[in-house]
Amino acid sequence: MSVPESEIVQFDNVGLRYGTDREILSNISFTLFPGRFYFLTGASGAGKTSLLKLLYLAQRPSRGAIRMFGTDVITLPRERLPAYRRRMGVVFQDFRLVDHLSAFDNIALPLRVSGVREADLQGPVTDMLEWVGLGHRAEARPATLSGGEQQRVAIARAVIGRPDMLVADEPTGNVDPEMALKLIRLFEALNRLGTTVVVATHDVHLIRKVPDSLIMRLDRCTLADPTGALRYPPRRVEAGR
Amino acid sequence: MKRPPVVTRAVERGLSPFRGKRAAHLLPRARLGGPMPWVIAIMVAITVLATAGGLALSNLVARASGDLAGSATVQIVDPDPRTRSAQAEAASVILASDPAVVSVAVLPDEEVEALLEPWLGAGAEDDALPIPALIELRLRDGSSETELARLADRLAEAAPDARIDAQSDWLAPVLAALSTLRWMAFGLIALLAFTGAAAVWLAARNALGSNRDTIEIVHLLGGNDDQIARIFQRSILLDALVGGLLGLLAGFAAVLLMGAQFAVLDSGLVAGGGLERLDWMLLALVPLFAIAIAVYTARMTVLSSLRKML
Repeated sequence: MSVPESEIVQFDNVGLRYGTDREILSNISFTLFPGRFYFLTGASGAGKTSLLKLLYLAQRPSRGAIRMFGTDVITLPRERLPAYRRRMGVVFQDFRLVDHLSAFDNIALPLRVSGVREADLQGPVTDMLEWVGLGHRAEARPATLSGGEQQRVAIARAVIGRPDMLVADEPTGNVDPEMALKLIRLFEALNRLGTTVVVATHDVHLIRKVPDSLIMRLDRCTLADPTGALRYPPRRVEAGR
Repeated sequence: MKRPPVVTRAVERGLSPFRGKRAAHLLPRARLGGPMPWVIAIMVAITVLATAGGLALSNLVARASGDLAGSATVQIVDPDPRTRSAQAEAASVILASDPAVVSVAVLPDEEVEALLEPWLGAGAEDDALPIPALIELRLRDGSSETELARLADRLAEAAPDARIDAQSDWLAPVLAALSTLRWMAFGLIALLAFTGAAAVWLAARNALGSNRDTIEIVHLLGGNDDQIARIFQRSILLDALVGGLLGLLAGFAAVLLMGAQFAVLDSGLVAGGGLERLDWMLLALVPLFAIAIAVYTARMTVLSSLRKML
């Protein structure tokens, strides 16, 4: 079954369980379109992080189908997954910065992994550090940065490669409201450049700051659609599959 | 709000290699550990010694077997010196005329006495202990039992007290023991290779465990298994290079020392166990094999562990 290029992500009846426990996510079906700004909300423990893990290919579902960038990533050989991960930027809830690398090196990491030459990455990384207001902390290790600074390094690392899709898990959870708003504005700027943004948060005030955003709400392991974000029904398998 | 910086197109989608110092810098704890160069050095030194021993024994067995292959000795044991001498003379004439015999040499009594002196002491008198007359033969087509039996038959009438023996028979047990030692040396080399690989396997797994978080991040940022394995390969390559060189120097020094000590013995048999130029070249290859085994083991260990991750 071919998926139109315009659909960047398609989940179809996806379920996730760890071991023999009950499902953390049940019958999750939705479609994400490029250039949109999505919020994923839900109470703590609703499964937001688990859903994002499926999105950024850190986890395979227990059942269901996931297509990303037009490809079935469930049956995709694992050797081919890195190419898809490089099309995404991820801001982890706990930042996951590399402790022994400086802020500069952390931000440069996706570029180095992609094989960008050192001469070619100096400029973009320096610009990115300035953009997130950390130009003066380029050589600082994560342990010497504040929570907000670490958050910004994590965000800079996620967006440095100009990903097709940015996935952020509670990106404003560790910063004050002023910084939270500033970070959301960064995401909006990136979104305007064409990147699809998916932000998991339970901060309702934050959601209101992005008027054009679409909201997906996780409730009791299933996905609700309060804003019509998911009003496009997932493509069902046609008879014969 | 400023627009985010536009990153060069080179960033996009490539799967070009991520290697070298920059990659190694990413996983500083991918260094397989302080003792690893020393472990490899010890392994290489012992392997060089075992290989040198195996090669020397091979040379020794080959030379001794070659030397003895066509040699035989005729002993004439008769208490009467005159009869003994007469039989020796007659036997040497018959043997010299035989087409299968290349050369015949009757050992002078003085030489026979000199050979026996270490056991009998100087000035042993013929009457007290009759000394056999000895004739050394070199045969054209080897000293097979059939050939020796034929020659014994020819000597039976003219020298009834003559007994003919292939020299290889005397040394056969010694050569068999040396051959066994040689195979044990090669077995030891195989064991050392296995032990070295096991040590690298353990070290690589330990290093993987220490870097698990960073490896996960690199994976999630789009790094592939090969990129991560290369970092560990580079680390073990450096360790193995240092260890291999140290081990080779130590092994060479030990081989030279042992060679010098055996040379002092001035024994005909031991002298045949020297190392040829090709043998030294083989010894010099030992660290290269060690490096290859270490790098391959590290790569396989890392790839095997990474395949368990998504």
